[in-house]
Amino acid sequence: MENKVNREIPDQILNDYKYEGFKTTDFGNPEIQRVAPKVTAQVGPSKVVESVKKVVSETLKDGMTISFHHHFREGDFVFNMVMREIIDAGYKDLTLAPSSLTNVMNDIVVEAIQKGVVTNITSSGMRGSLGDAVSHGALKNPVIFRSHGGRARAIEEGKVKIDVAFLGVPNADEMGNANGMNGDAAFGSLGYALIDAQYANKVVLLTDSLMPYPNTPASIKQTQVDYVVKVDKVGDPDKIGSGATRFTKDPKELQIAQMVNDVIVHSPYFKQGFSFQTGSGGAALAVTRFLRKAMIENQIKASFALGGITKPTVDLLNEGLVSRIMDVQDFDKGAASSMKNDANQQEIDASWYADPANKGAMVDKLDVAILSALEIDTKFNVNVMSGSDGVIRGAIGGHQDAATAKLTIISAPLVRGRIATIVPDVTTVITPGDSIDVVVTELGIAINPKRKDLIDSLSKVPGLPIFTIEELQQKAEKLVGKAEPLQFTDRVVALAEYRDGSLIDVIKQVKD
Amino acid sequence: MAADERLRRTMMFVPGNNPGLIKDAGIFGVDSIMFDLEDAVNMNEKDSARYLVYEALQTFDYGNAELVVRINGLDTPFYENDIKAMVKAGIDVIRLPKTENADMIHELENLVEAAEKEFGREVGSTHLMAAIESAMGVVNAYEIASASDRMIGIALSAEDYTTDMKTHRYPDGQELLYARNAILHAARAAKIAAFDTVFTNLDDEEGFIRETKLIHQLGFDGKSLINPRQIAPVNKIYAPTQKEILNAQNVMAAIEEAKRKGSGVIAMNGQMVDRPVVLRAERVMMLAKANNLIDAEGNYIGE
Repeated sequence: MENKVNREIPDQILNDYKYEGFKTTDFGNPEIQRVAPKVTAQVGPSKVVESVKKVVSETLKDGMTISFHHHFREGDFVFNMVMREIIDAGYKDLTLAPSSLTNVMNDIVVEAIQKGVVTNITSSGMRGSLGDAVSHGALKNPVIFRSHGGRARAIEEGKVKIDVAFLGVPNADEMGNANGMNGDAAFGSLGYALIDAQYANKVVLLTDSLMPYPNTPASIKQTQVDYVVKVDKVGDPDKIGSGATRFTKDPKELQIAQMVNDVIVHSPYFKQGFSFQTGSGGAALAVTRFLRKAMIENQIKASFALGGITKPTVDLLNEGLVSRIMDVQDFDKGAASSMKNDANQQEIDASWYADPANKGAMVDKLDVAILSALEIDTKFNVNVMSGSDGVIRGAIGGHQDAATAKLTIISAPLVRGRIATIVPDVTTVITPGDSIDVVVTELGIAINPKRKDLIDSLSKVPGLPIFTIEELQQKAEKLVGKAEPLQFTDRVVALAEYRDGSLIDVIKQVKD
Repeated sequence: MAADERLRRTMMFVPGNNPGLIKDAGIFGVDSIMFDLEDAVNMNEKDSARYLVYEALQTFDYGNAELVVRINGLDTPFYENDIKAMVKAGIDVIRLPKTENADMIHELENLVEAAEKEFGREVGSTHLMAAIESAMGVVNAYEIASASDRMIGIALSAEDYTTDMKTHRYPDGQELLYARNAILHAARAAKIAAFDTVFTNLDDEEGFIRETKLIHQLGFDGKSLINPRQIAPVNKIYAPTQKEILNAQNVMAAIEEAKRKGSGVIAMNGQMVDRPVVLRAERVMMLAKANNLIDAEGNYIGE
């Protein structure tokens, strides 16, 4: 069938995996039955076990679903440590269900796939050698990609049943009280891991820093934890988050950021108590700086900043320009240490952040979201997943979730090298055009024609070049020419869920 | 003289061997883009840079920007091929480096005219400008500026000039006092544009603004730039004040009024408006539009 973003979804996929095609960005008010984990009661004085090997053999069986979080990003030691034991013990047919997969995890996942240890994967995204392997058909079953909010929903609904969650933490006591803020490998918010701790049948903490009992503040609580494993090192602090965030000097990024700022400031949403989410790329960080100046000049303060947090956003909190930071992850050391020291920076879990199947998520209250894109098409659909060669190299992250903001701005260069960013049809639809309001490029902006109100208010801004999305696409094509269509086989290697659990697109195996 | 009244506040150097910058040069709203085939390009890349700029000129839409190329000097083996390729490419302006006297312009003009004929371009459609980089050039500034009807401007190039003068650049610019004024006077006497030299320390924004304010006060048309980040500060300094805009609008209204009445005499507040006042008003309105200080109806919308 063809879904509402005109993607042909094979009927067999819909039947085999029990999916409906994407229909609408409106989640409505359904009644949802959530699941609860199995609890193995214990009263012992300590949950500390001496080795990963022991805990793996006590908890894991063939065919189970295991999970990890990606808060250590490229500095993660835990994933490799645990997967090594699992592969060496010869397990089969596991489902890997991490919050996301970073490059440092790629090689061992590819090995696990090749040895039949892992036969299913669900993740926010993947890149590098793993994305390449999956796009070339290495995995038996299609990968399922979900947004951060969509993952929380799937776990709460029981679509993803985690048997064992292996969660690395920079500190914990012998009973499993832990947070992400203290210790050598501190990373700040534990946002994504909190869902696993709440819903997995078995929760295993791995830490390099055993603290005196009771360890507070406790983001993960002893009531949720089955085992605590003491290991040498959970991560490399220098690779967990970037150091000091450098202000971009790239004139093109600055030009885009300046225009994004113009769009925000001249929109109806730039008023006292507004809220926003920015990303972590060069242009997004520059927007935060420009926004700061505009807020000071117009004496406007924001009620909250949401999502993945960086130092420039923390600076706004310190200056009193933002009242609260609602923090699901921290991208740099400045943001991570601020979470520890500032009560106005609140740790939130992925469900609170972005889950639509909820009694209200933070994104529902979000005014302005600034997001990136690999491709945008003339229907405003966005691809953040597959590259210009059709190979998987991205992550949904919070993209679909934050795009439900009242003003969603995609900031992206018109072309990257010889590759057009604005195209007639994106390779993979991840975020539907219905939730995108404005696209900002270095040449000018395009406004979704459905947003007549924004066309009215932004047309009055002097010096802001406004084009139709088709005009921007034509300009890109004129610069770099028409790309030859990518070649795929009929085999589906990945499914992209929309945040509501419907299927928005499928990714097929690339033809070489 | 060929000096039409277009804005030339910003002339940005774009190295002729840098495809990324060449591709993006049109997106920053610079008044003139100057592709450099000379100092920015290594000896072993002279031909490839010439081809690259030629192809770029055939391919990219640079909007309203005036397109300038700095060719290699006439003492180099690249000089004649640079001229041919750029004339064929349809460049707006050829900039000659290290210009010392009028004869160098005459020689350039002859080759440009030959190239125009060879490639079927309208004779006279390729404009010229000269970079003055020595004491001799400064002394001969007027004869250079008035050497050809094709000349649209002369520019001070301070690095070579200060070396020739046995000094170097200082933050206060005293060492350039004579050269700046000599070049400015030569340009104004020849009725062509005058461009100030580059400011190379990108991290010294304060110094850049100080220098730009000085050359704006002296009367330069604009400044040569090395980075897109320098565009906005120059435009801001060259922006007219609200008072200047209102006054210019009154002058424009008086012109309209005179036209409507079929009168040859323009009068404002009972006084005759003479030619220089009209010219200044037109330039103020051009600057006001370029800086987005008036809306479509002509209302002032600056801060």
